[in-house]
Amino acid sequence: MIKKLFYLVLFIFLPIKVFALIEIDITRGNLDPLPLAVSPLSIDDLSKKEFKNIVKIENIGSEISNIVENNLRTSGLFNPLSKDAFLQAPDIANLKPRFEDWRLIKAQALITGKVSYINEKLRVEFRLWDVLAAKEMMALAFTTVPSNWRRVGHIITDKIYERLTGEKGYFDTRIIYVAEEGPKTKRIKKLAIMDQDGFNNKFLTLGNELVLTPRFNPTSQMVTYLSYFKNLPRVYLLDIETGTQEVVGDFPGMTFAPRFSPNGKKIIMSFAKDGKSDIYTMDLENRIVERITNHPSIDTSPSYSPDGKYICFNSDRSGYQQIYVMNSDGTNVKRISFGKGLYGTPVWSPRGDLIAFTKLHKGKFYIGVMRVDGSGERLLTENFYQEAPSWSPNGRVLIFYRETKTNAKGEGFSAKLWSIDLTGYNERLVETATDASDPSWSSLLSN
Amino acid sequence: MSLPFLAKKPIDLPPIVSVELIQITEKTNIPFAPKAKKIIEKVKEKEKKLVSEQAPPKKVKKKKPDAIPLPDEKVNKIEKIKDEKQNPEKIDNEVKQVSEFEKKELFDPNNIAALIDKSKIESSEVNKQSKKVTQDQERNVEVTGLSLSEEDALKAQIFGCWSIPLGLPFNENLLVRIRLQLDPDGSVTKSEILDHARMNKPGQGFYKVLAESALRAIKLCQPLRVPTTGYERWKELQLNFDAREMLEG
Repeated sequence: MIKKLFYLVLFIFLPIKVFALIEIDITRGNLDPLPLAVSPLSIDDLSKKEFKNIVKIENIGSEISNIVENNLRTSGLFNPLSKDAFLQAPDIANLKPRFEDWRLIKAQALITGKVSYINEKLRVEFRLWDVLAAKEMMALAFTTVPSNWRRVGHIITDKIYERLTGEKGYFDTRIIYVAEEGPKTKRIKKLAIMDQDGFNNKFLTLGNELVLTPRFNPTSQMVTYLSYFKNLPRVYLLDIETGTQEVVGDFPGMTFAPRFSPNGKKIIMSFAKDGKSDIYTMDLENRIVERITNHPSIDTSPSYSPDGKYICFNSDRSGYQQIYVMNSDGTNVKRISFGKGLYGTPVWSPRGDLIAFTKLHKGKFYIGVMRVDGSGERLLTENFYQEAPSWSPNGRVLIFYRETKTNAKGEGFSAKLWSIDLTGYNERLVETATDASDPSWSSLLSN
Repeated sequence: MSLPFLAKKPIDLPPIVSVELIQITEKTNIPFAPKAKKIIEKVKEKEKKLVSEQAPPKKVKKKKPDAIPLPDEKVNKIEKIKDEKQNPEKIDNEVKQVSEFEKKELFDPNNIAALIDKSKIESSEVNKQSKKVTQDQERNVEVTGLSLSEEDALKAQIFGCWSIPLGLPFNENLLVRIRLQLDPDGSVTKSEILDHARMNKPGQGFYKVLAESALRAIKLCQPLRVPTTGYERWKELQLNFDAREMLEG
């Protein structure tokens, strides 16, 4: 008892210094691209020989890793390090990397893998390593026909992107656009489709009619677009797989600016008659046409929110072209753009948080974004002439087209596709075989 | 040409920092001795010059009491801040303290050690009297973690190491709390994510990405820029990584 009392007294009177746990808030970081190393995928000699015969490529492992590297670089979020700096050879597919070697070249992540030819199929294994933590982050394998090798590179990139950023990628996608050729006054316009990195370009129409504003459906199998077939501007529907096409609805006038609903069951578009235009939808299953707006102004460029509950569009009902949002049945119309200038081509982000638009102010065109209530307007890029933004499926990047000025003789005109991410810093020219306009980004093909 | 920040929220105006800076000035204002020591060392080196340079303040003091040259520009700044925000009586005391110290310093530059010790005692006594510091408050000062400059140094280091994953949903809770155990040289001996269970919850995949990025930042920053003294205070640290401010913009 006395002993206990002694300890108690000792406990009370002993000068014990207690330090509180120090907490430090880290609210800032760097937005520099993450340095990573994409080691060439290793390949055995036998497989190399087989693939060389089939796809006519010397080293398919290196080519796939080049695709991954190029995709990661163009995203602006990653900085693939030069292969010249690599200290470890590519034949590390099944081994744990020597992390200290990769740390030495400042890589924070490492991608390794191997390619093999098995049962007439291409099999690609890859691993993503956290170099600093010295642990494996992901390991996957894909098997497909050898001709699909480029897509494998894109799918691998999507997986890496998702693992390192926390959101889905946008690399295994395609872009449909209007390919343009010839002088400005006599332009030939064709529908064309390509991979998001510009490869595998194909023309879908012959160029006999003027085509405009192609848009993918959610499964990326169908395209709706405006065609001046027999000089009558109408909205058409094209099945990419079969090549069949049809006119959408039976409107006694011009239909334009079509776009699919998020579930792909409806097409929303503008119908112009007697100097005004309103927004209509057509159900693709029962062909029922529904009028959404009814106003003596020009309402056009409708775009659904991802949940299909709302529609944004532009209208000059206030006297100037501005962006409006309404319920999908046309009720509760609200103007959301109040900045100086004219606003057009609003497109709702697939994430649902932003609306992209084109803005014309003091003779210059801007591509920008604002929140769905119109707040937080940010102009991402400014130029002489640019418009028609289209979102990447993850809502992180916009693709649009930009035209250049002609000189005094009317020469020097060109139209090119450009992409820019939401930070506004990563602006890039998207390579196309010809001049290009009106791009539309597909959803992820591998989903 | 891009205009990325045309209509952004003013993310570069964090009010918290300015509040902390005010607290720090009070702390850094307390010990005059180290600053005095530096000056006195300079005095040793340039005895004659310094005497001739420091002589004028006496005259200035007579003419303009507010414009008394202080021994250190930093101290001068602090005084100015207090002049704007705090009660003037306290400042007068401190100004007197400094000026008296200067006189002594000039008067007897050889007796440095005695001066330092005395100034320490005097200043602390004055501070205690004027601020009426209780025992609890004194204890709090001891228990309080890093000084702001120490904290800033550590923050600045980690800011540079943390690559924020840009794809995170900024309307979610993006706070990752990591507890660290450190060696005296700043090396991390143990790092523990406090909300570890959240990493494997469905729909919280982004949290795993965020937590991994925070861990990478800590590993990349090693050894951490910790103070050279007071290991007991900071041998355990908690870093709260919050990406919302960066991503919301």
